Amino acid sequence: MTPAEIRAAVIDILETIAPDEDLSNLDDAKEFRDQMELDSMDFLDIVMELRKRYRVQVPEEDYENLVSMASTVSYLEPKMAETPAE
Amino acid sequence: MSGLAAGIRAAYYDQKVCVLERHYTIGGLNSFYRLRGRNYDVGLHAVTNFTPPGTRKGPFARLLRQLRMKWDDFGLSPQLMSSISFPGTELLFDNNIDLLRSEVAREFPAQIDNFDRLIDSLVDYDDLEQKHFEVSTRERLEQLIPDPLLIEMILCPIMWYGNPRERDMDWGQFCIMFRSLFLEGFARPFDGVRLILKKLVRKFRDLGGELKLRTGVSKIKVQNGRAIGVVLDSGEELGGENILSSAGAIETFKLCESNDDVHAHTTGQLSFVEAISTLDKFPREFGHDKTIVFFNDSEKFHWERPTEDFCDVRTGVVCTPNNYCYDEKDGDLPDGIMRVTALADYERWRNVDEQQYQSEKQKWFDRVQASATRFVPDYRQHVIDNDMFTPHTIHRFTWHENGAVYGATRKWLDGTTSIKNLFLCGTDQGFVGIIGSIVSGISMANQHLLARS
Repeated sequence: MTPAEIRAAVIDILETIAPDEDLSNLDDAKEFRDQMELDSMDFLDIVMELRKRYRVQVPEEDYENLVSMASTVSYLEPKMAETPAE
Repeated sequence: MSGLAAGIRAAYYDQKVCVLERHYTIGGLNSFYRLRGRNYDVGLHAVTNFTPPGTRKGPFARLLRQLRMKWDDFGLSPQLMSSISFPGTELLFDNNIDLLRSEVAREFPAQIDNFDRLIDSLVDYDDLEQKHFEVSTRERLEQLIPDPLLIEMILCPIMWYGNPRERDMDWGQFCIMFRSLFLEGFARPFDGVRLILKKLVRKFRDLGGELKLRTGVSKIKVQNGRAIGVVLDSGEELGGENILSSAGAIETFKLCESNDDVHAHTTGQLSFVEAISTLDKFPREFGHDKTIVFFNDSEKFHWERPTEDFCDVRTGVVCTPNNYCYDEKDGDLPDGIMRVTALADYERWRNVDEQQYQSEKQKWFDRVQASATRFVPDYRQHVIDNDMFTPHTIHRFTWHENGAVYGATRKWLDGTTSIKNLFLCGTDQGFVGIIGSIVSGISMANQHLLARS
């Protein structure tokens, strides 16, 4: 997957977790927490959905990389480089 | 319900889940029975924690996100208006805290700033920790509000809807209940709690979960500090990686056959009777338009197990399921219904023979109604059918020791036990009510079944 495809995949996950959020104006550099009503349960769901959909494992000590879209995509890039786009 | 919610979470993330239910139907106390062609709800007066569509915060919004459900799936209609009624003083409230604030300002003008301070000092759901949880609510309230009557009036509905302890309450539990009753609110599905149960079951089964009804667990098998499976009432054994129990803390420990009875003193003592009347009129036709009335007949509210008799009718709750803001297309329920709950002593109700049980039921039905009609219009001439459930009924539906509606007097917030893969969810984990028990199941599944997997 390219970084753009990874970003689209994360958006898709966010839409599943928080269907009422408008993600069209999401600022990639800003923390999710400051832009959306996400709690710790939702962050667990991002991790679990990544595992369920793409078999990507995010160990607990790496959760801090998932704070914003930019950091999430750059963290996932090496892990998902070989993952085929859907 | 907590077990089913936990099952949905685990099954959604591809775990193999089996939910075991002793009863022939699901829902624990949030269930119903059928008598003479009518359905009688056992648990539900109101779904608390109600927030309107589009709300992003709070347990209900969280539950919908976590279970991938829609607001409409719960079919909730908000309450009209409720009250806390003491002799000569009444506080009205609805799902907007402004009404209760204005009522406090009217009845207790000197206390409104203190009441606002109380609201500001409530601990958020996410910040609850065991060590702050068990602080005395009465002491906290006495520091904040130097008016004993207002304290009793605030405690009355909150204790009625979720306090497992006698007389005092854990501050953490108080904060949960205050939020769920007054800052969020009451609602009810037109079709009763059955609708919610059906949706949860369908969701669980669609995700590949297995639900076994009439399948009681008689023992949890433990080997070297790990639970390895359960023995069913039939003698059949089932193995599992992890066990989540919504049977109640003490009830679960007993299933493990550990001789460890250190928690025996935390068994809850509070049980209820409820007098349910079907009427030939809708309550609004004789001037009763409130959803729930919490009443108490003196300035002091006594929240304790009756020691002198089968019931204590000095305080009670009158619930009128007709008085919700239902959709126009649904109209009203088929009949007018009044439900009145009073405190009851499980031991006395348990230790009578069938004949005395029936005669006590009749006697206390009349007393409970007589007590309630001091605070709501007298509806007794309109009653066409009735029934009463007792602590005995509650025990049959929940299997809780003592028929204790709100479970043990302490809560296991993190859900862990001395057995490392056995976890608690539901009433004894700390959240009560329908939304509360579902959230309990979700959070325990997240912490113990998913995050660690």
